[in-house]
Amino acid sequence: MAEASESADPSKSGGLIGWIDQRFPLTKLWKEHVAEYYAPKNFNFWYYFGSLALFVLVNQLITGIFLTMNYKPSSAEAFSSVEYIMRDVDWGWLIRYLHSTGASAFFIVVYLHMFRALLYGSHRKPRELLWIFGCLIFLLLMAEAFMGYVLPWGNMSFWGAQVIVSLFGSLPVIGGGLVEWIRGDYVIADATLNRFFALHVAALPLALVFLVIAHVMALHQVGSNNPDGIDAKKHKDAQGHYLDAIPFHPYYTVKDLVGLTGFLLIFCAVIFFAPTFGGLFLEAPNFEPANPLQTPPHIAPVWYFTPFYAMLRAVPSFAGTQVWGVLVMGAAIVVLFFVPWLDRSPVLSIRYRGPLYKIALAIFSVSFIVLGVCGLKPPAGIYPTLAKICTGLYFAFFLLMPWYTKLDSVKPVPERVTGHA
Amino acid sequence: MHKRLVLIAVSLIAMGAAAGVASAQEGEALPHSGADINDVESLQRGARNFMNYCSGCHSLKYVRYNRIAKDLEIPDAELRNLMFTSDKPFDTINSAMPADAEGWFGKLPPDLSLMARARSVDYIYAFLKGFYVDKTRPWGTNNLILPGAAMPDVLADLQGLQKPVFKNEPDEHGSANMVLVGVESMTAGALKPEEYDRFVRDTANFLDYAGEPVKAKRQSLGIFVMLFLVVFFAFAYMLKKEYWKDVH
Repeated sequence: MAEASESADPSKSGGLIGWIDQRFPLTKLWKEHVAEYYAPKNFNFWYYFGSLALFVLVNQLITGIFLTMNYKPSSAEAFSSVEYIMRDVDWGWLIRYLHSTGASAFFIVVYLHMFRALLYGSHRKPRELLWIFGCLIFLLLMAEAFMGYVLPWGNMSFWGAQVIVSLFGSLPVIGGGLVEWIRGDYVIADATLNRFFALHVAALPLALVFLVIAHVMALHQVGSNNPDGIDAKKHKDAQGHYLDAIPFHPYYTVKDLVGLTGFLLIFCAVIFFAPTFGGLFLEAPNFEPANPLQTPPHIAPVWYFTPFYAMLRAVPSFAGTQVWGVLVMGAAIVVLFFVPWLDRSPVLSIRYRGPLYKIALAIFSVSFIVLGVCGLKPPAGIYPTLAKICTGLYFAFFLLMPWYTKLDSVKPVPERVTGHA
Repeated sequence: MHKRLVLIAVSLIAMGAAAGVASAQEGEALPHSGADINDVESLQRGARNFMNYCSGCHSLKYVRYNRIAKDLEIPDAELRNLMFTSDKPFDTINSAMPADAEGWFGKLPPDLSLMARARSVDYIYAFLKGFYVDKTRPWGTNNLILPGAAMPDVLADLQGLQKPVFKNEPDEHGSANMVLVGVESMTAGALKPEEYDRFVRDTANFLDYAGEPVKAKRQSLGIFVMLFLVVFFAFAYMLKKEYWKDVH
């Protein structure tokens, strides 16, 4: 591979690679996307989460394939087949924990990846489409995770599906019919499990993989942003080499290997020592089979949905319908798509922004975490009030952004990238 | 860079602590059972207790006899003593309870394969120590942990009977309001209190094993995985340093 990439014209290289290159742009693709993809040299801690997200995606795909070999998507057998995997399939327990922990890890990694964009303005021109692809991935990921959570057919799977699918019922006119259409039955039942299985293992992963490819292609079209939010390819030396950008391979492949190992230390610690993570990653009621006659004492979605679930519950019913909460929850996702145009700051990176954006981002982050805690709790005590306040703050961050980013003071942006790790 | 890492670490720890405190507040604190999944002798005694006292009514439909024998180091001859005579070693543990038992108890005795995961090992421990005399119940006993429990106090011969302890906590109008706060021994059983305590701990421990037979192996394997990753991290870090020497 290295030999082939050294020759000037790949189609003229010899050997097997040359043979392939004349028929398929192997060397060209390798160069464009890896060996000669120039990335800014000042990536910091926050830039690990892109490659980590890719790693977790591959983990989910591979472990998912092996789970599918022994899982039975029927309401009569699903629960038992998961226990069969946990007990009787060789290493089945490890594959299942890799998959269940991977789901939570995916959201942790993706939330941090998105936060990075808000820190350094990675969604700003010319990376708007890159950001939109990312938002679509996030949306599909939520659908994928929700349907995957139903498959073990535990009691929380069943009641979680019941609650979430019923949300569509609050939509005017079409609500009732829509819910029936989604469930394929009058209740959450075998038909629902079967179609969720189909969507979870075929349709959504396929769409996710395509979107991830589009996300990476969009990134490589416009080039990576960096913690300074400036163009790292502006300056070249006399030989025409970039002064502030380095080839992705080998520099970032070896650096991401360090990040990956750090991630695996935490990931494996969870898998081997706390796979349920205190009931957050695998909820205790889900070790009881689905029982339509017995509601769990407290229905809460898995932790990664709870910020949005808290917003849903924070909105009171009005004019005799609950639909407002559903709309607010939907709007909380939709508003993300508009961030590149809501942000009016002349600079990209938080390093050169004034105090207004820093305060706004801090309040937003805290609100999001508090919403997550509220969503895990029964709606009693201070939690409903907290959820209402934080829902307001969540939307204020986005809807007031055109004003506070414009009013904010800015520091002069450097000509060259600063520092590297 | 380092300041930021410290900041992230601190906020993660704070979030974890908050979540921990929050989850601790949720359920009423259960007494700590002290069950140890690595204590094979305790698990063996627990298996014996389960087969002698529980398996008549409760199944372990996901657990196979030969898996127990392998994991708990029970010799073949001993295993035969634990099994129902008609069962084969690869069979799962099914109870003799007929389907119409629902009419006897109000509900079928649940399968206990995953009880320790759905509740907790401490819950089972507390439940088995929580029976007390209550004449209003069909079987004459009730349970501190699961009020209105359908299960009779089948271990009364071992533990002896317990009576409820009430405390007066007046309501806002000042009228008397008796609240159940605990149980105390009423009659002596065949086992001394500390013997019964061990009996219950072993049984709960065995059910914890039954909930996830691979648990002990998972944890011991995890140590080697972590050690490998720590060593690998050092090499990966040195590799990165080496490559990045020429980036200025």
